[in-house]
Amino acid sequence: MRRAALILLPYSWLFAFFLIPFLIVLKISVSDPALAIPPYTPLLDLSEGWAGVKAFFAGLDFDNFKFLASDNLYWKAYLSSLQIAVTSTFLALCVAYPIAYGMARAPDEWRPTLMMLVILPFWSSFLIRVYSWKAILAQEGLLNQFLLWIGVIDTPLTILNTTTAVYIGIVYTYLPFMILPIYAALDRLDTSLLEAAEDLGCTRLQAFWLVTFPLSRGGIIAGCFLVFIPVMGEFVIPELLGGSGTLMIGKVLWEEFFSNRDWPVASAVAVILLLLLIVPIILYLRNEQKQREAGA
Amino acid sequence: MRRLSWFNATSLTLGFAFLYLPMVILVVYSFNESRLVTVWAGFSTKWYGELLRNEAFLDAAWVTLRVAVVSSTLATILGTAAAYVLIRAGRFPGRTLFSGMMYAPLVMPDVILGLSLLLLFIAIGLDRGMVTIILAHTTFCMAYVAVVVSSRLATFDQSLEEAALDLGCSPWDAFRSVTLPIIAPAVVSGWLLGFTLSLDDLVIASFASGPSSTTLPIKIFSAVRLGVSPEINALSSILIGMVTIGVITFSISSKRSITRRQREENQAN
Amino acid sequence: MAQPIKKPANVFAPWADPNAVPLIQFKNVTKRYGTFTAIDDQTIDIYEREFFALLGPSGCGKTTMMRMLAGFETPTEGTITIGGKDMADVPPNKRAVNMMFQSYALFPHLSVWDNIAFGLKREANMDKERLNARVEEMLRLTRLEQFAKRKPHQISGGQRQRVALARSLAKAPKLLLLDEPLGALDKKLREETQFELMDIQEKTGTTFVIVTHDQEEAMTVASRVAVMDHGKIIQVDTPPRIYEAPGSVYVADFIGDVNLIKGTIRKTGPEAYQIQYADNVPPIEVTECAREFSDGDKVTFAIRPEKLLVSETAPQDRANAMEGKIIDIGYLGNISTYHVELPNGQMIKAAMTNATRIDRRSFTWDDTVWVSFRSSAGVVLPE
Repeated sequence: MRRAALILLPYSWLFAFFLIPFLIVLKISVSDPALAIPPYTPLLDLSEGWAGVKAFFAGLDFDNFKFLASDNLYWKAYLSSLQIAVTSTFLALCVAYPIAYGMARAPDEWRPTLMMLVILPFWSSFLIRVYSWKAILAQEGLLNQFLLWIGVIDTPLTILNTTTAVYIGIVYTYLPFMILPIYAALDRLDTSLLEAAEDLGCTRLQAFWLVTFPLSRGGIIAGCFLVFIPVMGEFVIPELLGGSGTLMIGKVLWEEFFSNRDWPVASAVAVILLLLLIVPIILYLRNEQKQREAGA
Repeated sequence: MRRLSWFNATSLTLGFAFLYLPMVILVVYSFNESRLVTVWAGFSTKWYGELLRNEAFLDAAWVTLRVAVVSSTLATILGTAAAYVLIRAGRFPGRTLFSGMMYAPLVMPDVILGLSLLLLFIAIGLDRGMVTIILAHTTFCMAYVAVVVSSRLATFDQSLEEAALDLGCSPWDAFRSVTLPIIAPAVVSGWLLGFTLSLDDLVIASFASGPSSTTLPIKIFSAVRLGVSPEINALSSILIGMVTIGVITFSISSKRSITRRQREENQAN
Repeated sequence: MAQPIKKPANVFAPWADPNAVPLIQFKNVTKRYGTFTAIDDQTIDIYEREFFALLGPSGCGKTTMMRMLAGFETPTEGTITIGGKDMADVPPNKRAVNMMFQSYALFPHLSVWDNIAFGLKREANMDKERLNARVEEMLRLTRLEQFAKRKPHQISGGQRQRVALARSLAKAPKLLLLDEPLGALDKKLREETQFELMDIQEKTGTTFVIVTHDQEEAMTVASRVAVMDHGKIIQVDTPPRIYEAPGSVYVADFIGDVNLIKGTIRKTGPEAYQIQYADNVPPIEVTECAREFSDGDKVTFAIRPEKLLVSETAPQDRANAMEGKIIDIGYLGNISTYHVELPNGQMIKAAMTNATRIDRRSFTWDDTVWVSFRSSAGVVLPE
């Protein structure tokens, strides 16, 4: 009895506030926009009984998806999100790996402190961390002032409101997500393996490439997914640091909903985004499971 | 005793400089006299004073705090129950759907979660305000609580619960007097995680909030969209300062309890 | 020559008394997990005040038997009764049975005192004074008085083991289950604790059922031992009988060291047989054989290494003597084991106490020696 109650409590909450909203999104994505409140049609009218249900289903179609396919704004936005997500995940990996490696090779008594230093930005506000780059990257910002001062450039660079700024923002805010799993994998690595490799005639670089790197692959994969998946739907970073040239699907969805008030199209955009994410998510879960099995 | 090679020392230095420099600059410039954030015009605390007089920010901060406390508490209760169900309740109909729904918010973009909840609130005719933000935040925070608590439960020696049953506890009594005290640290971290996520959230709150209830991130976002302002720098510095103090205190106290425990264990053996 | 051992009148052996009522009865109990059968149709009686050991390799089902008694598992078929009452619908917290867990399962957030008091606090009509008195009594019994205020991580492994014992005994259960209770202790401490356990069992008069894979432990502590394998109880008997009169090759081999010699049997008289184990050697003479065999049966003759005598010449007073060559000598301090190869290639292990100093030993590697034993020293087991 108590067991049933215990299951039912979180179950019904998730049912009401996760599954049903999602079904509503699905339903609206196959509805048509209308100048009404709520701004879509058809509405399910149960007062008309079976006829109402029939009329409701007859009114559903895939027009929104056809529209998304025909207007190249949308698929360009998807492609550009995908490209930004892939590139920035790779950049984050390149920045994070040496840091994680340095942490794992640091003296034991330093490690808790280093660990805390990585986690600290993660606990402080995301919005503020993105915002902090605005003053640095601006035309008259500190980066340009610095570069002019040391004489690398003569005229200030335009970085803010470009895709470059978006890359910097993404790498910066998602760096801890990449560092932590790689560090965890490197920390588990038995150093006697490296000694064995060197004993068997590897140079240090070969030992790294043949032993350390393959054994940290699980951490790298986990880190890449942890960065890639949220970046795909990112809205705040392109909005604050990107310019009009930065197309990202999260931003498109936001504008479709709040500015154009086209709920059916916004819902269709969301449904496609989710479908695009399901593949990497399943891959991720499978990787996790494989690691868990390998660990057991 | 290992020493850092020059390569590792360089990558750590550059890496942490990259992580911390923007925030340090932000804090430094919050004490700038000038309204122009990029030009240093002398030390001043006037922006902090200005901030304290800004009613709109203070109101938003108060709303945010209340939302965070309530939703992280609800999320902790629901998330702990969900973790317990997933790890301990064995098989039941719809278990796969349940674990799917449980973990999906972790990987779902905020925009989709926000959009779907907003459409639900409209469909059932619930007026948007603090209540809707709390409902939305509870839903996405409970997934994080469930992850933290279930990883603790998974490593928990199940014979402790069996021992409690064996000594005459009812299942509920065993949970209350044995399981809960032992997983308490994980439950507390789950709450803290939920609390900070709720404080920090912009996207979901933007969808779920109404005109009457604006949270601090929404306020900050609409301000920084227009550009950089020293008032926001001051506000950010305060938030960064609070988080830093909180995290450092927490990690020092947990480190102390670990060393004390190790010392006691060494004495025992 | 052989004299029957005289039984003292007050010996504890309820299983030999047809009028005794068992405390625990397993009746045709089967436990299946999916397609895997953990316990296969077992029937067994355990009596009050017994110290009963379930012995077997890991995965033999001994832990499942115990967990069914505690109520953490329910039998798929058959019934389990405790004190005559069917336990099918009784949850663990309503059973007058307590368990000492292999991991000890001490509550890490409670002190030693609170761990011991945990079960008592959940008893109806338990007043404060009685509870305090009972906890103090348990602390005294397990010599833990000065550790009462410590937390489990602040005491040593042996002390933790005693807390677990005190906690499970505190409610004065009719039956105490011990799951590998000494497994986590080192050898010396384990031996001390075995005697402590027996002492406590005697003092409290509780029925103990212990699960162990350590045959020495089972032999030391138990009044009866059940040897299990693949979900079945192979033999239930007192430790001396399990050792001296194993009922099967499996039991003989599982308990202690044994030489197994295969051969063909021939009857020579009442309870007397000859076993031909190789060509061109005299057969093994066996007397006092309780089992009946017919001529030509394939049998295994089992004899313990310490029942064998190694000597330079064949002794006259022993019925059996085999000539062989010393292949290996293992020096263990108190005893030495000799590996002697018989002409047919069979290897025989013999254990002899080192009564004299090692440098006085009269034979060494490659010496030809005689291995001899009495006709009643071994047992004949069916193939």
